[in-house]
Amino acid sequence: MLEGLIGGLFNGISIGAVLLIVALGLAIVFGLMGVINLAHGELMMFGAYTTFVVQNVAKSIGGIAPDLYIFAALPLAFLVAASLGLLLERTVIRYLYGRPLETLLATWGVSLILIQFIRSVSLPMVIGLGIFAVLFLVGRWVLTRYTDWERIQSWANPVFLGLSAAIAVLAWILIGNAGSAKFSRAWFSTRNVDVTPPSWLRGGITLGNTLQFPSARLFIIVLTILCLVAVYWFLNGTAWGLRIRSVTQNRGMSACLGIPTGQVDAITFALGSGLAGIAGCAVTLLGSVGPNLGANYIVDAFMVVVVGGVGKLVGSIVAALVIGITTYLVGSGTMALLFPPTGFFQPAIDFFTFFATTSMAKVMVFALIIAFLQVRPAGLFPPKGRSVEL
Amino acid sequence: MTTDMAVQPRRAAKASQKRKFMIEAIAVIAIALILILIMPMLLTGFRLNLLGRFLALGIVALGVDLIWGFTGLLSLGHGIFFGLGGYAFAMYLELNTLGEGQLPEFFGLYGVTELPWFWQPFNSLPFTLLAIFTIPAIVAGLLGYLVFRNRIRGVYFSILTQAALVVFFNLFNGQQKLINGTNGLKTSTSVFMNQQVGSDGMRMFFYISTVIALIAMYALCRWLTSGRFGRMLVAIRDDENRVRFSGYDPTAFKVLVFAVSGAIAGIAGALYTVQSGIISPQVMDIAFSIEMVIWVAVGGRATLVGAVLGAVLVNMARSLLSERFPDVWLFFQGALFLIVVTALPDGIIGWGRRQFGSVVSSALGITPTDVPYASDSDSVVEAVPEFAEK
Repeated sequence: MLEGLIGGLFNGISIGAVLLIVALGLAIVFGLMGVINLAHGELMMFGAYTTFVVQNVAKSIGGIAPDLYIFAALPLAFLVAASLGLLLERTVIRYLYGRPLETLLATWGVSLILIQFIRSVSLPMVIGLGIFAVLFLVGRWVLTRYTDWERIQSWANPVFLGLSAAIAVLAWILIGNAGSAKFSRAWFSTRNVDVTPPSWLRGGITLGNTLQFPSARLFIIVLTILCLVAVYWFLNGTAWGLRIRSVTQNRGMSACLGIPTGQVDAITFALGSGLAGIAGCAVTLLGSVGPNLGANYIVDAFMVVVVGGVGKLVGSIVAALVIGITTYLVGSGTMALLFPPTGFFQPAIDFFTFFATTSMAKVMVFALIIAFLQVRPAGLFPPKGRSVEL
Repeated sequence: MTTDMAVQPRRAAKASQKRKFMIEAIAVIAIALILILIMPMLLTGFRLNLLGRFLALGIVALGVDLIWGFTGLLSLGHGIFFGLGGYAFAMYLELNTLGEGQLPEFFGLYGVTELPWFWQPFNSLPFTLLAIFTIPAIVAGLLGYLVFRNRIRGVYFSILTQAALVVFFNLFNGQQKLINGTNGLKTSTSVFMNQQVGSDGMRMFFYISTVIALIAMYALCRWLTSGRFGRMLVAIRDDENRVRFSGYDPTAFKVLVFAVSGAIAGIAGALYTVQSGIISPQVMDIAFSIEMVIWVAVGGRATLVGAVLGAVLVNMARSLLSERFPDVWLFFQGALFLIVVTALPDGIIGWGRRQFGSVVSSALGITPTDVPYASDSDSVVEAVPEFAEK
C-alpha cells in the first residue's frame, strides 16, 4: 500500500514537473504582458529538434559525446528558442500590446508557420529565407536613408515586404527545382524522429520490490527544480528581474520612473521562450519528436497558468503538482481501487473506472478546474490590488 | 422647442434607416436567389456540394462573429457546438437507416448489444431537430454561466473554451463503445426521408436548406445586434466594467449570447455533416475552432456579411491551395492570421467601407455606416496606460 502510494506520488510529481517546465515560461510571459503565447508549444518543438540535431552531431563525434550531449543541448535549445522568441516579440507581438486576443491569434499564425517550417525546411528554403532577409533589411535601410521614409512608409512597407517575399519564394522554388534531390530534400520531413537518451538516463532506480524510478523522469524533476531556482534568482536577485517585477505590478508607473518597458518585454519574452526550449529538450527523453509535439502539452500548460494565477511562481508550482498528481491518480485507475469492492461503493468504482485512461482523466481534471474556478476565479494566488480587473 | 428641433433629424434618420433596411433585405434575397437558382446551373455537383459546405461554415462564422465581433468574447471552442449539432443529426440518421430492433453496425465491433440510453431519443425526428440546436445551446449556456459568473474574461475565457474543446474531443474520441470513437459516424449512406443522404436529390435538398438556414441565421443575428440588445453587446465589448457600474448585469447577456452562438454553430454542424458525409471527432480539433475565428477576422469583425464572406473565401482558398500545393497551405494560413491581425484589423468589409463606403452610400442615398470595430483603440491604449496592462 505504502509502495503504491509513493509510486503514485512519484508518477504524479513527474507529470507535474513536465507540466511545470512547460508552463513556467508561459506563466512569466502571461504575468508580465497578459499575453498568451499559442506558439509556446512550437517553441518547445524547436527546442526538441535542436536536441535532435545536437544528438546527431554527438553521435557522429562518437566516444563519450553521445552520453554528454544533453548538457550541450540544453543551453543550445534555450538559445534557439529564446532568439526565435525575441524575433517574434520584436516583429509581431510588440505591435499588439493591449490587444491580448489579437495577440493570441497572431501567435497561432506563427505556430502554424513554425510547424510547416519544420516539416518542409530544406537547403533551398533556407537560401530563400536568407535572400528575403537580405533584400528586406538592406532595401529598407537604403530606402530609409535616401527617401522620405516617413511619408511613403504606409504603402512602401507592405509593398516592399511583399516584393522581397515574392522574390525569395521564387528563388526557393527555382533553386529547389535546379538542385539534385538530395540537395533539396527536407531536413526533418513530417515523420517523427527519435532522440536516443544518453545511456545513463535510460535505466531506472529500483527501490524495494515494485518501486521504479525511471532516470529520465528523475532527470526532468531535477531539471525543473534547477529552472525554478534559476528563474527565482533571476527575478529576485538581478536588476532586470527587479524591472520585470516592477513592470508586472504597474506598467504605467514603471514607465514613468524610467524603466524601459519595451526592453523588459523583449527580455521577458525571450526568457519565456528559452524556457520553452529547455522544456522541449526535456520532453525528448519521454518520447519521439514530431512537428506536432507542442500540441500534446500546451493545453495542460494553459490550465496550470489558469489555476496558478498570474504573477507568482509558487502558484504555478502548486497548480502543476496538483494537476499532475490528480491526472495520474484518476488516469491510472488508482482512485477506483481506493473503494472497497462492495455493492454500496460500486457506482463510485464504475464512475472512476470510466475515467481511468489518460485522455478521460483530462476530462475529469477539466471539470475539477471549472469547479475550482467557481471558488477562486483568479487562481490560487491572485494578485492583490484595488483594480476592477481581476 | 427642443423637441421640435429634434424631430426633424430623427425623422430623416428614420427614413434613411428604413431605406437602408429595404436595400439590405433586397440584397439578401437577391443573393439567396442567386445561390439557390443560378449556382446549381453554373457549378458541377461536386463544386456545389463544396459551396454548400462552405455556406454551412458561414453559419458558424455568424455565431462566432456574434460573440467575438460584437461582444468581444473570443471562443476557441466553437468546434464543440458544431460537433454536437453534427453528432445529433448523424445519430438520428444512423438509427433511421435501420429496421426495427437493429443496432448501428459499429456496435457489433465492440460487443455492444443494447442501444445506449442517450441514443434512444434520437429515434424521433422532432426531438433530433430540436436537439440540433438546443443541446449545443445548453452546453454553451452552462459553460458560459460557470465562467462568466466569476467575471472570468479575456484570454482566460479563450483558453478555458479551448480546454473544454480538448475535453470534448477526448470524450468523443475515446468512447469507441458509445459513439464509435475516432472513426466517427458516416452519414452518406444513411437514409433521410426515404432517400439516401448522399444521393443527388438529397444533396440538392441539403444545399437549399443550408442557404435558407444561412439567411435565417443572418436575419436572427441582424435582429439581435441592431436594437438595444445589440448596443448592450457592443457596450460589454468596449467596457464591461462601465456596463456593470451603470447597473446592468453583463453576465446574463453574455450567457445568453454565448448560448445563441452555440445554437447557431450546432445548426451549422448538422448541415455540414450531411453534406460532407461524415462526422468525426476531427471537427473538435483545436485548429478547426481557431480557423473559425480567422474566417470572421478576414471578412471583418462585427460585420455579419463579413463573417459569411470570410468563411466562404478562406475555405475556397483552402480547397484551391491545398489541392495544388499541400505544403504551402499552412504557411498561407499562418500568414493570413498575422496579416489580418496586424495590417487589416477590420477585415475585407471594414477596409472596403473605409475606402468606398461614402461613395456607395451616397449612390444609394443612405447615411454611411460607421466602421463598427474600434480599430483605432491603439491610440486609447497609448493615452491611458491602464488599458495596456491587461
